[in-house]
Amino acid sequence: MTARIGIVVFPGSNCEQDVFRATRDLGAEPQMVWHGDRELPDVDIVVLPGGFAHGDYLRTGALARFSPIMDAVREHSQQGRLTIGICNGFQVLCEAGLLPGALRKNAGLKFLCKWVELQVENAETPFTSRAERGQILRIPINHFEGNWYCEPAELERLRANRQIVLRYVDNPNGSLEAVAGIANDDFTVFGLMPHPERACEALLGSEDGITIFNSMIDHVTSKAAV
Amino acid sequence: MQAALHRDLGLTDDEFDQICARLGRDPSYTELAMFSVMWSEHCSYKSSRVHLKSLPTDAPYVLVGPGEGAGIIEVAPGVAVAWKIESHNHPSFVEPFNGAATGVGGIVRDILSMGARPIALMDPLRFGTLDDARTRYLVDGVVHGISSYGNSIGVPTVGGEAVFEECYEENPLVNVACLGVIQDRLMHGRAEGSGNLAVLIGSSTGRDGIGGASVLASAEFDEASSEKRPSVQVGDPFSEKLLIEACLELIGRDLLVGIQDLGAGGISCPTSEMTSKAGTGMKVDIDAVHRREPGMEPFEVMISESQERMLAIVDPQSLDAVLEVCRRWELEARVIGEITTTGRVEVTSEGIAVADVPADALAEEGPVYERRARRPQWLDDLRAADRGDAAPPDLLDAFRAVISSPNICSKRWIWEQYDHMIFLGTLIGPGGDAAVIRLPDTEVAVAITTDGPGRYCYLNPYEGARLAVAEAALNVACVGAKPLAITNCLNFGNPEKPGVMWQFTEVVRGIGDACRVLGTPVTGGNVSFYNETKGRAIYPTPVIGMLGSVRDLGSVRGLGFVGAGDEVILLGVTDPDDLGGSEYAKVVNSTVGGAPPRLDLDALRDLIAFLGETNHLLRSAHDVGAGGLCVTLAESALAGGIGVGASVPGEPHRALFSESPGRVVVSCAPEDIDELLQRARTSGISATSLGSTGGDRVECGEMSVALEQLRGWYEDALPDTLSSSIEERNGRRS
Repeated sequence: MTARIGIVVFPGSNCEQDVFRATRDLGAEPQMVWHGDRELPDVDIVVLPGGFAHGDYLRTGALARFSPIMDAVREHSQQGRLTIGICNGFQVLCEAGLLPGALRKNAGLKFLCKWVELQVENAETPFTSRAERGQILRIPINHFEGNWYCEPAELERLRANRQIVLRYVDNPNGSLEAVAGIANDDFTVFGLMPHPERACEALLGSEDGITIFNSMIDHVTSKAAV
Repeated sequence: MQAALHRDLGLTDDEFDQICARLGRDPSYTELAMFSVMWSEHCSYKSSRVHLKSLPTDAPYVLVGPGEGAGIIEVAPGVAVAWKIESHNHPSFVEPFNGAATGVGGIVRDILSMGARPIALMDPLRFGTLDDARTRYLVDGVVHGISSYGNSIGVPTVGGEAVFEECYEENPLVNVACLGVIQDRLMHGRAEGSGNLAVLIGSSTGRDGIGGASVLASAEFDEASSEKRPSVQVGDPFSEKLLIEACLELIGRDLLVGIQDLGAGGISCPTSEMTSKAGTGMKVDIDAVHRREPGMEPFEVMISESQERMLAIVDPQSLDAVLEVCRRWELEARVIGEITTTGRVEVTSEGIAVADVPADALAEEGPVYERRARRPQWLDDLRAADRGDAAPPDLLDAFRAVISSPNICSKRWIWEQYDHMIFLGTLIGPGGDAAVIRLPDTEVAVAITTDGPGRYCYLNPYEGARLAVAEAALNVACVGAKPLAITNCLNFGNPEKPGVMWQFTEVVRGIGDACRVLGTPVTGGNVSFYNETKGRAIYPTPVIGMLGSVRDLGSVRGLGFVGAGDEVILLGVTDPDDLGGSEYAKVVNSTVGGAPPRLDLDALRDLIAFLGETNHLLRSAHDVGAGGLCVTLAESALAGGIGVGASVPGEPHRALFSESPGRVVVSCAPEDIDELLQRARTSGISATSLGSTGGDRVECGEMSVALEQLRGWYEDALPDTLSSSIEERNGRRS
């Protein structure tokens, strides 16, 4: 079977076409979903892409969490299906309470667009199963607010439950414990600041982003096979 | 009373008389305001028009030349791109963040107006030297403005320049170029069809930017310029992003007759230009214009330069569909006018006529000046002056000074703040000789670059302009592309001064001559005059935006060395005397004088062809530009992370720092060197074996430095300079 992917488009999203192309080229079946819709089409995976939803006005993701589609996204994940938020999508998921913590301005107070190395901390998730624990992935970041933070007690829980999935090798933004990507406690929702869709082609500098998307596609297709 | 008023609006007495003669009466207040913006230097090109006519503009692949929103070039069968450069110099000096941000917004709407999706931006910037605190504030503000706006609208900023020179201290240059790809069909800014409707789409109209670009950019700066801050427009990138998506959907669904952006001149501009081009007229009801604030006067509504607006011409039968698309994208859209056959722009407010003028008078019949041009006498002294070519006390110190000069060093601090990757098309991004952009959903790629050697143009505007075109063409050839066409942004001082006007005419002549030899027509551009403060003008600075077509994706090539043991060859000839206006003369000998480097354009054209013919043999290519051969070798080594050992014949500092144009450092596999040299002999190209790649040092003749040390000099120079200044500022505050 083919993995069906719904890419949520907020006004101001701008990476939706890139996610569409990258996942289509991996054999998945992507489609766009408008933020104002109240229901998701029949999809296996929801992607909240990067960009500046609602202009990032007020605070990144703060307005997008109120978009009508977000109730459907919450329901989708409660049913055990996968959701991934990339960059701005990660910020929206934190604002919506689907992921813990918050994303603050980068420590250097500058927007940063650059290639970074990520270490896979947990390879036993539906988002990283194609990787090995400790593997280094080369994927670019592109954000002003990627400095992740949470309360100490929350951090303890995340550590104990191995929800810290990706860490920066060389922390570019001051993120707590160099966190680059985290999952929720039942590993159905994953948010990361780096852009895997930008690293799916050797011509662009790396194919490591395929690891993330194919892990998710594997999860969907193997479940269907069972 | 009105006689004084027109002067306040920037019109001369003669121009006022012309307006009265054309109308057969005195203009109303609103009409006078409309004329003042449409006849401003910025909108009418009144000082430059006669000269720009001399530029070559034709080639079989040029689908649209100068005069429209952007040039359109067919880069592969059935694939066309839009390419255009603009300036936002004056607003950026007055208010750097919003000035630079709205510059991005403006050029993006130019591209959009052609029916093209904007897919790449380049930002050639020029500032004063970084020892000046206000300059550092401007750099930070301008870069942040570009980053904030460009990143948010989701168009990658893939390159540009950053040049620091005393002459730009009170007149920074913020130019911005945009590349677009025609999506469904080419659009024209024409208001065809009597009875069709004019629909204003996008942001509401406010008092920001009343006479913004048109007034600010059409006079010199003086002490009172900060009072003009309210004239700078405020950008809203979120609205721009929605505007891009909505307009492309409207065009894709064939719902529009025509479309034009609103920039300088506000509503006055498209209402007159679109009707003038189509030979129609328009009734405009400005009460229908959605506004940001109550109580705006009719003239304010007509000339406000509020951002993120487009004017679409719509068949009444398509109106509902158009409004529905705009509603979905959460954009305001209002019918503000109707196309007529009168040839006039008729504006009413509350049922009263406030303006009734021939469209042609506003759009086409502005004054045209053949301003006096005279070669300035100071140029004789400058040419006769020492060119600064004395040998340095220590070669390595000199090299360090050159490579860590803000003009030469890595600009990573700037471009890491720009999203340069979105659209998955950036095959070569910032830091390369040219950017290479793959067009979405195709296997077609184009190369784009900008070059503007102001210092050379200061020494000799004609030669400097030729050098600008030549370097831009060679940059594009280095990444594996064929130069096709240019857009240009001509930045100058006050054209009412004969010396400045002479520089301008010489530069235009130089661009024209170079473009004819290289077969790269001019498809449009922009002129920015009055870059002059307190009587001090900038260097004449033509910024050339070159577009090239990449043969196939496999022929794309970077500047970094690829492997150890490769042969390193210099193509082209080094003239040891080419140090006039060089970075070496400036930073080591504190001199700007003499003649700029000599250019053999025919040889350069042959070299470009040779790079194309030998593409399959070359593993890297990097042109020799500012800083000279040692900087080129260093950059190739740093980019590849591989050292190089090169022997350079001749007097060391001349061999290393000469800026002779028409040179490229290439590398090839050892087994290919014989073929490459043989082909060079056959083609009459000078080829000199310099040495080979490998190791962890860069060795040029008697100079030697470890790669990692070099990386520190190259990469840390700009952030160190800027961050130390931030600490300084913070220290002062506490």
